[in-house]
Amino acid sequence: MEQMTDKILVSADGVTLSYDGRPVVENLTFSVTPGMYLCIVGANGSGKSTLMRAITGILRPSAGTLRVGSGVTIGYLPQQSEIQRDFPASVWEVALSGCLGRVKNRLWFGFGYDKEAQNRAEKALAMLGMEHMKKRSYNELSGGQQQRVLLARALCASDDLLLLDEPVTGLDPDAAREMYAIIRRLNDSGTAILMVTHDMEAALEESSHILCLCQRHGGNGSGGQSGNTTSGRNHANFFGPTDQYRAGLASDECSCCGMEHDRKAVDPRRIIQIPGSISLGGTMEIGRAVPVYDKKRPAPGGNTSDSTPGGKGGNV
Amino acid sequence: MTIQSILASPFLTSVVIRSLIVGVLVSLCSALLGVSLVLKRYSMIGDGLSHVGFFALALCTAAGVAGAYTMEASIPIVVLAAVLILRLSRSKKIKGDAACAIVSTGAVAIGTLINNILGVRSSDVCSSLFGSASLVTLTDKDLWLSVILSALVLVWYVLCARRIFAVTFDEPFARSAGVHTERLDMMMAILTGIIIVVGMKMMGAIMISALILFPPMTAMRLTGSFRATVWVSGVVSVVSFVIGFVLACLFSLQTGATVVTVQLCVFLLFALAGRVKVRSKR
Repeated sequence: MEQMTDKILVSADGVTLSYDGRPVVENLTFSVTPGMYLCIVGANGSGKSTLMRAITGILRPSAGTLRVGSGVTIGYLPQQSEIQRDFPASVWEVALSGCLGRVKNRLWFGFGYDKEAQNRAEKALAMLGMEHMKKRSYNELSGGQQQRVLLARALCASDDLLLLDEPVTGLDPDAAREMYAIIRRLNDSGTAILMVTHDMEAALEESSHILCLCQRHGGNGSGGQSGNTTSGRNHANFFGPTDQYRAGLASDECSCCGMEHDRKAVDPRRIIQIPGSISLGGTMEIGRAVPVYDKKRPAPGGNTSDSTPGGKGGNV
Repeated sequence: MTIQSILASPFLTSVVIRSLIVGVLVSLCSALLGVSLVLKRYSMIGDGLSHVGFFALALCTAAGVAGAYTMEASIPIVVLAAVLILRLSRSKKIKGDAACAIVSTGAVAIGTLINNILGVRSSDVCSSLFGSASLVTLTDKDLWLSVILSALVLVWYVLCARRIFAVTFDEPFARSAGVHTERLDMMMAILTGIIIVVGMKMMGAIMISALILFPPMTAMRLTGSFRATVWVSGVVSVVSFVIGFVLACLFSLQTGATVVTVQLCVFLLFALAGRVKVRSKR
């Protein structure tokens, strides 16, 4: 794969990531090239955030090779923690701390940064329209503004590749839309984006490529699942252009992560609603309803026997 | 003898000055370390370590370490405990705060038993818990050790300030930027342990953690940036220590209790000011 593109930012080859000795992601192969907008989707616990942590170098793969191109810097936007929300820090301090990985002198007197870092932080804040809030305290900002400051910090760290871990979680729809617009703009200016998201619609809309991690264990061990766990277990992860993925969805053939994928892909005319359950879209064959999955329960490993698709269609 | 004449005697003057120097240094260092400990929800570590300090004192007595050497002898014990507590609080298996509490209460229990078996006078036990009733007589060695250790903490803090901020604010990001967050955390816990040992004689095991918690909490009522929080925390800590110390000398009160009471008053004052500030903004 490496020979095909001139520069590869991140390449994973047969990567397995384990958590407490249990594999979360298995045999994963993909690569990120400059300018790519890759969305990582998958059900809860499918290892999306774990993969992020591995790319930033926090976690080592237990098998396979995960390589970050030489000289490639990474700007990481982790999920916000409770601690941060009421943290006494100024916007300026937070943005500047993004330069920490780039500075030459690790030991430094006090909290300040050199001129170069300051210019960088200034530019990043300006790019996100936050320069007038430099002196404001981070804990006074709205959720959307806080997220923009953290994005500015990630920009300070890198303009090669941004790793965004659920950047719109907790934002109201307007703020989320704005966030997506900003990310799109950054991508247009040449920064590769790697984003973990639950927002399937946005993933299909915004991304150029999709990486779909499937749930290996066939649900969270609840008893009522017989489904097709065996085939669920063996689903390969999907990695490829978004168009291809969308096509796979439309024909209802990506069953790797359960129902969340169907949301947008299924033709609205075919969605049926069953009272009492949250409709997330199921499929209906003519004259016969297929259950709409209840969101509270883990999605069945596959579909019910009636609607069992080809099975591997989504995997390319 | 009036209070004035007692203070005027050259011997006591030097005792007062010595205690004042050590107290100021300890309160400054603990205030700086405290900012990160409080913000990272590690307050329990400071509290736990001070209880281990009590245990270390009892152990030193049991081992027959002469009074003059208790500081050096306690430091390795408390540092070990710092490493242990940090490990426990990071592991997901046992709840961190509960693990901390187990170590600290366990240490107090064993320390009490040791004192019990050795037949240590209850007034001595009291002074290791609540601080000595009168001024501590610091030997030359204790004084220098305190100064050197505090200087170590200050130098470390100033040189690593940027990394300390990054780790306190966002550990995953700091790690992605190549900061050895675990090493930094460990260093912070160890230095906290050292500062606790240095200040324990004066403040007492129970009240030393106030020196870590109060200043940052006070500062955060009013400050909006990390740098300001650190500065205000340091200044508040030193000023309240000096006020408390002078009051304790003048009215022959227990130093530790007086200092903590002053800190409490300052905290309430800041909290009130913080309320007013919030309201005026609306």
